[in-house]
Amino acid sequence: MISTERSPFGPSGQNPRSPSENPFLTISVTDPVKLGNSVQSYISYRVITKTNLPEFEDSEKIVIRRYSDFEWLHDRLAEKYKGFFIPPLPEKSTVEKFRFSAEFIETRRQALDMFINRVASHPELRKSEDLKIFLQEDEEKMERIRTLEIGYFKKKPADLIQIFKDVGSKVSDVVLGKEKPMEESTPEYEKLKHYIFELEDHLAEAQKQAFRLVKRHRELGQSLSDFGKAIKLLGSCEGDSLGKVFSELGSKSELLSIKLQKEAHNLLMNFEEPLKDYVRAVQSIKATMADRANAFRQQCELAETVKLKMINIEKLALMHSEKHGEAEMEYKELKAESEEATRRFENIVKLMNEELVRFQEQKTADMGLAFHEFAKGQAKLANDIADAWRNILPKLEACSSSS
Amino acid sequence: MMDPETYLGFESPGPRAEDMETLALSDAPSDYRSAISSFSAAADGGDDPARSLPPPPPYPVSPSPPPSYADVVPSPFRSQDPAADLAAPADYVAIAVSEPQKEQDAGGVYVSYLVASRWRGGEERRVRRRFREVDADRLAEAYRGFLVPPRPDKGVVEGQVMQQHEFLELRRAALERYLRRLAAHPAIGRGDELRAFLEAPGRFTDGAAQPPSHAPPQEAVHPAKGGRDLLRIFKELKQSVANDWGGAKPPVAEEDRDFLERKEKMQDLEQQLTTSSQQAEALVKAQQDVGETMGQLGRVFIKLTKLETEEAIYNSQRTRAADIKRVAVATVKAGRLYRELNAQIVKHLEVLHEYLELMLAVRSAFSDRASALLTVQTLVSDLSSIQARVEKLETASSKVFGGDRWRLHKIEELKETIRATEDAKTFALREYERIKEINRSELERLDRERHDDFLSMLKGFVVNQVGYAEELASVWAKVADETRGYARG
Repeated sequence: MISTERSPFGPSGQNPRSPSENPFLTISVTDPVKLGNSVQSYISYRVITKTNLPEFEDSEKIVIRRYSDFEWLHDRLAEKYKGFFIPPLPEKSTVEKFRFSAEFIETRRQALDMFINRVASHPELRKSEDLKIFLQEDEEKMERIRTLEIGYFKKKPADLIQIFKDVGSKVSDVVLGKEKPMEESTPEYEKLKHYIFELEDHLAEAQKQAFRLVKRHRELGQSLSDFGKAIKLLGSCEGDSLGKVFSELGSKSELLSIKLQKEAHNLLMNFEEPLKDYVRAVQSIKATMADRANAFRQQCELAETVKLKMINIEKLALMHSEKHGEAEMEYKELKAESEEATRRFENIVKLMNEELVRFQEQKTADMGLAFHEFAKGQAKLANDIADAWRNILPKLEACSSSS
Repeated sequence: MMDPETYLGFESPGPRAEDMETLALSDAPSDYRSAISSFSAAADGGDDPARSLPPPPPYPVSPSPPPSYADVVPSPFRSQDPAADLAAPADYVAIAVSEPQKEQDAGGVYVSYLVASRWRGGEERRVRRRFREVDADRLAEAYRGFLVPPRPDKGVVEGQVMQQHEFLELRRAALERYLRRLAAHPAIGRGDELRAFLEAPGRFTDGAAQPPSHAPPQEAVHPAKGGRDLLRIFKELKQSVANDWGGAKPPVAEEDRDFLERKEKMQDLEQQLTTSSQQAEALVKAQQDVGETMGQLGRVFIKLTKLETEEAIYNSQRTRAADIKRVAVATVKAGRLYRELNAQIVKHLEVLHEYLELMLAVRSAFSDRASALLTVQTLVSDLSSIQARVEKLETASSKVFGGDRWRLHKIEELKETIRATEDAKTFALREYERIKEINRSELERLDRERHDDFLSMLKGFVVNQVGYAEELASVWAKVADETRGYARG
């Protein structure tokens, strides 16, 4: 549970203590359990909600949820809250054998916990009705709701890719001088787009290297263990005092192997996962940018249509056509739609700007913590290594003076 | 690659190179010293001017046990006064191999190397040699019973794909190591074979080069061979001990329990050296991988720093850029430290590989002993069979009145053969005893040197691990401190 660091009122909010005065909403995702039969097994989680907000029926509620339920909530939010950066979900797992490994289950649980708490601490998203449904409805109702609506609202991956492609191509198109009238291309927005794409690139690379580093720690641990065993056996071929030193060395090797495995796990949970989370967050921004692009296009198209309609009306007026009245009504409708589209677009722009501030601040804090944990873990490991080996030096000295 | 001009100093890398030069060398037995002084009188002032010597055999034939080898650490920094130490210091102070060159002859294209050496006397010699001109077989023959360092094979680089210059460098280094080991060996280092290889001018092909005139000619009497006839040689070949631990068929009856124990110990040692060598390699690779990945991670962080710095709109970005930079710098440094540590560790753990190679020499030494014993046993059984024949003939002949001229003649012949065979048996026995003793003292030397080398290997390993770990700890502690503001709670 990470509710202690996620105050419900953003990064600068106070940590609420007294239920009667400060409203709070804290959620934890715990106890992953494997359910279902061998063909269709899945993991379920306990979602525990503690709150004093009046909108919630119970001050404490526990429900059982699975990944698809989280997915449902995420998609509903993405649909209804355009312009906001929806907190990212961990990826759907495609590799079968990995799906139930302890490591995967733990990292997924952590990511889901972060997701729900970020939603709960977002000033707007926490007001969502769907969030209340997710946190309060019983399991059967939840399943019904999910299966009913999941097809309807879910964006198909192919569509997403297409949208991303469009967003990406804008940068190059502008660079190549092909001005497409339907694409937003102010210098500030271009700069932002460039930044987001570069950022995703570098972060993905960083995450990849971080994951590799985890693996390397494990491999080093393994080879230290093997080396330790071999050295011990070699030592048994030698005489007394030297043989003892070999044996000590072997033991230390094995000890350090264990410490390396520990640090590998620490690296994974507290350094690699936050980096992964960062990548997902940037991808969420790209999704919002796609929404923004759509809104912009709609706005442009409608504006165009309105203009043409206007011309048409004037023509009809001149011709004294009986279609004139009808056309005027249509025009009014179109105008309203166009204004609505413009409002939608401008809303997204405004929201995005606010969200960006929030995003940057949050990420500085998140990465600061991740860096701290990384450095702390590495420092501890290095100290443990130095201590272990240093321990052998006096025995080595004793050996040489006696020989 | 070492520049021949500068090789004469001791190389700087790690303890290993120095250890090679300072391996405990043996006190030369009186025959050795005589062997040397006959051609070193001019350069040396002579250790034993009183001796007048016949051309010495390639190795001493004295049946008396060689004197125990004293531990002497020869180095150019020790006093050059021969009287100061009982033992003569190593003959060769420095050897360097360089300048691989492609050459061609009737046999095809090959590579030759410049071999530069400096003798204790101070003169530097340079010769150009091919790898295969080191006659390993002749060395094995001349130094039976000794731990003769095995010659590095071409197969050293099995399974590795590499550039030609990398391959040549490995060969060069291997050849250099090998020659240094030969020079450091108490017996071989002072022998003619090595000397001829290092100093004989011109190309050193078999039989073509003229060894120093005072050295024995090629066909020097090899006492163990003397007196044998073809039949015995065939018999021996059939029964010869296979060059492995399991023993031959039929097994040579080795009664010496002490020896059998030692043999078992050597087998065990070889096994453990094999495993340890492999695991050491794996460890080194794993450490290298950590270092490389750290480096790559650091480089990405630097790119991120640049991005956040150049495109910063919000203050939080600038703060983050500073944080990322701290981590980037530390990570890159950590990567470098891991790789540096590794370079040191590799040098120390190489001792394992070297001793593993040496186990081949141990096997050969044991097999020399076994074949010497086989010779003795063969001769003994020959003697008894000839004896039996003589008896049979004498019995038969006595039944013929007036004697049997043919049989009597035959008996005389056989008695002659018996005398020759007795001589051969005496020789063979002496040879066997000599080799036994060489085995024993060589194994003792192996144990001693191994103890020292292993100790310094472990020391080097541990000291480096501690040192680099401490430095890594301080690099990371600094970053942890600088980011402590983000810590939970």
